[in-house]
Amino acid sequence: MMFRMIAVVAGLGLALVTTAEAQTPRKGGTIRMTAPYGSSFSSLDIHTTQRAQDEIYAKALHRSLYIWNSAEGKPVLELAKEDVVSGGGLVHTFKLRDDAYFHNGRKMTADDVIWSYNRIMDGTKAYPGARFVRVIEGAAAVEKGQAKEISGLKKIDDFTVEMKLTEKVDPGFYFFNALTSIYPADEGAKESFIQKPIGLGSFKFVEHVPGSRIVLERWDRFYKPGKPYADKLIVSVMGEAAARDVAFRNKEIDTSVLGPAQYVAYQADPALKGTIVEVAEVFTRHMGMNPAFKPFADKRVRQAINHAIDTDLIIKKLVKGKAYRATSWLPLTSPIYDNTMKPYAFDPAKAKQLLAEAGYPTGFEFEWTTSQNESWGLPIVEAIIPMLDRVGIKVKVKQVETAVLAEVIKKGDFQAYVYSMATGPDPQAALKCFYSSTPQSACNYTSFKNADFDKLIDEAGQTDDAAKRDQLLQKANALLYEEAPVWFFNYNKAVMAVQPWLKGIQLNATELTHQNVEDLWVDESSPAK
Amino acid sequence: MLAFLTRRILQTVPTVLAVVLVVFVLFSVVPGSIVSSMSDDGRGAADPQVVERMRKQLGLDDPVYMRFGSYIAKLATGDLGTSFRTREPVTIMIAKRIWPTLQLIFAALAFAIAIGVPLGFVAALRPGGIVDTVSMVVAVSGLSMAKFWLGLVLMYLFALKLGWLPSFGYGDGSLKYLILPAVTLGVSPMALLARTTRAAVLEIMTADFVRTARSKGMSEMRLVKWHVMRNALVLILTTMGLQFGALMGQAVVVEKLFSWPGIGSLLVDSVLQRDIPAVQGSILVVVLAFLAINLLIDVLYGVIDPRIRYA
Repeated sequence: MMFRMIAVVAGLGLALVTTAEAQTPRKGGTIRMTAPYGSSFSSLDIHTTQRAQDEIYAKALHRSLYIWNSAEGKPVLELAKEDVVSGGGLVHTFKLRDDAYFHNGRKMTADDVIWSYNRIMDGTKAYPGARFVRVIEGAAAVEKGQAKEISGLKKIDDFTVEMKLTEKVDPGFYFFNALTSIYPADEGAKESFIQKPIGLGSFKFVEHVPGSRIVLERWDRFYKPGKPYADKLIVSVMGEAAARDVAFRNKEIDTSVLGPAQYVAYQADPALKGTIVEVAEVFTRHMGMNPAFKPFADKRVRQAINHAIDTDLIIKKLVKGKAYRATSWLPLTSPIYDNTMKPYAFDPAKAKQLLAEAGYPTGFEFEWTTSQNESWGLPIVEAIIPMLDRVGIKVKVKQVETAVLAEVIKKGDFQAYVYSMATGPDPQAALKCFYSSTPQSACNYTSFKNADFDKLIDEAGQTDDAAKRDQLLQKANALLYEEAPVWFFNYNKAVMAVQPWLKGIQLNATELTHQNVEDLWVDESSPAK
Repeated sequence: MLAFLTRRILQTVPTVLAVVLVVFVLFSVVPGSIVSSMSDDGRGAADPQVVERMRKQLGLDDPVYMRFGSYIAKLATGDLGTSFRTREPVTIMIAKRIWPTLQLIFAALAFAIAIGVPLGFVAALRPGGIVDTVSMVVAVSGLSMAKFWLGLVLMYLFALKLGWLPSFGYGDGSLKYLILPAVTLGVSPMALLARTTRAAVLEIMTADFVRTARSKGMSEMRLVKWHVMRNALVLILTTMGLQFGALMGQAVVVEKLFSWPGIGSLLVDSVLQRDIPAVQGSILVVVLAFLAINLLIDVLYGVIDPRIRYA
């Protein structure tokens, strides 16, 4: 189902991938990727950073217990060969790989897994991955300094680990990203590790030029036979889209993330059109409404906002078609996306009627906090102002930096905001952001409270029937759509230009730039030697 | 001379302390923190418990005066602190970045001097002529061009169209990677130097001592070499000193555009992510470099023009 969905949304890209798979991968060569998210890499200690930028190199250097499988659209076991579930779904016994070697030549064992998770829970260091590892029983006690080791982790033998969870969840969603990478216990504790990281990934560290590039080379003892294909991987930090454009056209880089303007330009250029791959990423752009601001406490006002904005026009004209219309919270590539749902219709008359019913026949004024972001920030807000004005709603714009916006939202210091939030890959986790007891500081930014919604989430969390669980979550998603705590704007369409000689690009819905690089290869036409 | 140097070095102490204080206070009052910036790409909400611990660990909840006191105490021992973002000592981060920035700035200045000074001289020797008009048009254009735009034009022309140079990156630190960013950065000081040199030369050419030298029969070549050039050099040096500071600031745009691993891009990243120790350390180093260059220029004044004494 997942693969079909991606195929629908990714047409051209999928064609490229299919072509690539039909050929025999070539050994050797250099892959030259770009890290396009503005800043330099935050840290070479990937446990300390959850930025999208950092995970680009981490996908090559490190490995976690699970890995994201783009074709299946779900996390799959990576460092373990088998997961035996018992204890009513709470106990997972992982049979670890016995052929995984760290870049210092030492074999990974159960001790490394346990050490890494204990490290992440070190409360004095405040590692962001703690939010995932906390699902293991006893992890919170380590974080609080009440215990030295996570009680829910037990070494059965060198290659078997037992993990007892606090909730009946799929651990794949918790242990697939780089924040939970497995480090070598002996090396990870050393101060030198941050300068020269050692991982289990398909490429080993060679050089980091801060603010410019990271260079990695093939790890010959990688556990997947014949992989990686390339000898070398260079990831260049290139935050400026125009500079990336020149470098891509000049064949100096193999991948380049495209913004809306470039998306249009590349589509119009016959020489570049064939280089584009695109995927619906699991991010939902939205305008959140604070119910503490009286008008937004009324569902009819929130629905009126959804009806008053010509969302399709904004996506077409401003976002240049580089987005998919949102039909509720869960994105197009969510495993339980309901394709029968339709978005709110653009209907100013209906919006006016709803406002009148809610007691605001002449409208009202609110303050809208926004960042400068071109795809979901100030330009979008400016386009919406006259649309809302038509139904009597006046907008005062408050512009802040993106980092400040995140803080403002978590504190609830807003009447309305516009933001992009990860809404996948785990639908249960994404919907739990609207659960009553989820604090605003976590992700319930609109302070949503609805007993019926809570009940659906509770039931979904308790059932062992996967189909029933999906059905309950779909109902919760539909209820959210009806309650409209947000204006449902769009799901991000990630677009990347890929040189024709680079093969094996995966349409990763969690983040297109995050590639399992061992599956990539370059043919003889690559200018990089 | 030694007394002059000692006095000047001691004078920098209050300047540095003032800069440290201003930066510290500014970053204490502006909204946003390293903790909020950690999830600013919306990939996942920062966990409230981790946020709370991180704020405590980094001392973000302590009063400003306490944080400042602790920072100054560390600074007195030469410790610039630990980066919130990379968890590395700031000294190490800066050490990695300072050389590429100095490379870039000195290359830009070299370009500016090599083109700007002769251009100004030639223009001043025939004021109002074609060479003067053309060189001043070049100078004004150079001053008014935005760095970002100019960098892109150079990339397009010399990398994409002509294929002579790489369009971005540090490479192995070789000259071919340095040329485009250095020219981008150097065009504005080049233009300024051309204008300054022209004005200085024009002024000197009408001075009494030049008239006297001419009346004694000194050749134009000797006149330019011994009287005009030496006197103009003082003004050129002053311009260069001030430009050094300006270039440190402008390097930010160029480094970002060309993926150049300098202190400018470190500063921008650190500001955006509210990595306060890294911001303070970077600004401190930039200020110290600016003060050092200006001190060096003050010393050079005396070497070039013996009438200037170290008072």
